[in-house]
Amino acid sequence: MTLRPLAVGLATALLAVGALVLLLALTGHDPAAALGALWAGAAGSRYALLSATLVRAVPLILAGLAVAVAFRAGILNVGAEGQLLAGGGAATAVGLALGAAPAIVALPAALLAGVAAGAAWAGIAAVLRRRFGVLEVISTIMLNFVALHAAGWLVRGPLQEPQRIYPQSPSLGAAAQLPVIVPGSRLHLGFALAVAAGVALWAFLRFTAAGFRLRATGLNPFAAASAGRIDVAAVTTAAFLASGALAGLAGAVEVTGVTYALYENLSPGYGYTAIAVALLARLHPLGVVASGILFGALEAGAGAMQRDAGVPAVVVTVVEALLILLVLAADRLGERLRERAPAPAAAVPAVERAEAAA
Amino acid sequence: MTEALAAFLEATVRTATPLALAALGESVTERAGVINIGLEGAIMAGAFGALVGAGVAGGAAGAGLGFVVGALAGLAASALFALFAVGLRADQIITGTAVTLASLGLTGTLYRSIYGETGASLATPTTAPLAVPGLSALPVVGRALFAQPPATYALYLLVPALAWWTFRTHAGLALRAVGERPDAAAAAGIRPRRVQLAATLFGGALGGLAGATLVLAQAGTFAEGMSAGRGFIAIAVVVLGRWHPVGVAAAALLFGAASALQYLFQAMGWRLPYQLFLALPYLLTLVVLASVSARAAAPAALGKRDA
Repeated sequence: MTLRPLAVGLATALLAVGALVLLLALTGHDPAAALGALWAGAAGSRYALLSATLVRAVPLILAGLAVAVAFRAGILNVGAEGQLLAGGGAATAVGLALGAAPAIVALPAALLAGVAAGAAWAGIAAVLRRRFGVLEVISTIMLNFVALHAAGWLVRGPLQEPQRIYPQSPSLGAAAQLPVIVPGSRLHLGFALAVAAGVALWAFLRFTAAGFRLRATGLNPFAAASAGRIDVAAVTTAAFLASGALAGLAGAVEVTGVTYALYENLSPGYGYTAIAVALLARLHPLGVVASGILFGALEAGAGAMQRDAGVPAVVVTVVEALLILLVLAADRLGERLRERAPAPAAAVPAVERAEAAA
Repeated sequence: MTEALAAFLEATVRTATPLALAALGESVTERAGVINIGLEGAIMAGAFGALVGAGVAGGAAGAGLGFVVGALAGLAASALFALFAVGLRADQIITGTAVTLASLGLTGTLYRSIYGETGASLATPTTAPLAVPGLSALPVVGRALFAQPPATYALYLLVPALAWWTFRTHAGLALRAVGERPDAAAAAGIRPRRVQLAATLFGGALGGLAGATLVLAQAGTFAEGMSAGRGFIAIAVVVLGRWHPVGVAAAALLFGAASALQYLFQAMGWRLPYQLFLALPYLLTLVVLASVSARAAAPAALGKRDA
């Protein structure tokens, strides 16, 4: 492993921040004040780091892993948002139903319900793809909107709080809440879960035969099927379900660790941001943990920027989009330079290739 | 009952209009072998452009300018897409997702920067429905077809014009050739990338017009994310319409009807959760995509990178 991906990632991030400064200046904001507020809100204090950035990073890491595992298998699951909502809804329902049970039962049950619901929600798109050839990009986005309206119905119908005033569920009991892991902060066990999931996914892809089959399928399904005798349909379906399960876990963790209740706007677009998280990390699970924290910082800082510097928080969406485009451009330009190189790629010393691609 | 039905049909055509505009544009883009998921972003950009354009002048001139600026904004969004997806041959799906994100963020940021936190309380000039004398008095379908904003009438011209252009002109043949066999088209002296660029820009401009229609002929104002997935639905409309202008227009009507059902059911006094109706167009998209064997009719090189 070389340091080149890291350097490209860093350069990409710097370019994106440069573009942010430009955009802020063009829209009449003071870039220095805005970036100052962003930094203060993301990493300026113990509270900002532990209770804002890292807490915000949890759903982004889990949903980012969901996107990464699907994309690695060649499945363009852009439905993490809907799968996350399905997971949040199921975890709330089970957490409320088991309100009287001890934590050792209620909490795992709620999380597992979220995992199952996320996988099931992705399963709809998986079946549509496998049986009917429906593009998963379209079907998962459609299911995102369906999930959003279903959540809207849940919090005004079967799961609404008893007074029936607010569109939200009742609060989960303490037994169904994730414990805080750093005293005096809001950082909950979900962060450890997310990091563990990242390490587990990395080990799975790197060291197991099933992980190899998944990677081979994503790289070239035809070669995987003909040369590797891999059941491509089975592998992609499994990856799709695993992806949904991870996104569902993200929703369940958000409900049991942060909001303690189901809201219609449980997710401010975590599932969409997760695509940028995964792509910036080049779909590498450990990279997703790092880029998830980076995006957590961006979003935590964006909130502070809106509060303290009057800059619309939605501006970070532009940064996210730019990061995706820059990563795409870097990849394509790198490939092109290699294609144009007169000598076979293997004959060119690695240093020269890195320079040519940079 | 006839009154409810007439209102339902009118709402059907009204909600189908922006969908048809966007889907017709996307069908041309896809005929060239490019699938532009960033259409959603083009619609959003068009909606915001229409708000800005209409705000510059007032009245009918403002609405006209709004459509122009809306189309240009959609064009700009698709130009960003084309730069990466056609110019660099980057993955079309991922590029489109990024363009949609960028458009969501840019329009939101600019909207809040220009109009403040409270939003545009300014009265955006809208194009009032224009009743065609005589025809609009037809029973049941009169108002639905002939008492609509001008954008709907533009469609009556666009659909046959596009059908003729696609299947009866050399340019249309070149477009289809690029989408089916780009290498053969190139051998015949056509430049595939130029055709793809033009088709993508055309689709973006129509997407922008669709967004402008949302603002200028329907909502009368702008809201962040007001495209609400219409770009993605439009892509399903293209599949259902089998990449043919007439089929696309018919498919857009079906989706318009799914959205308009809520008015009919309200009028009938049915007691179902309203979220079901909100979710209906999206569910319909899934059912349609599952039941239409899309592969058979799709341009052969659609979505392929190394065309």
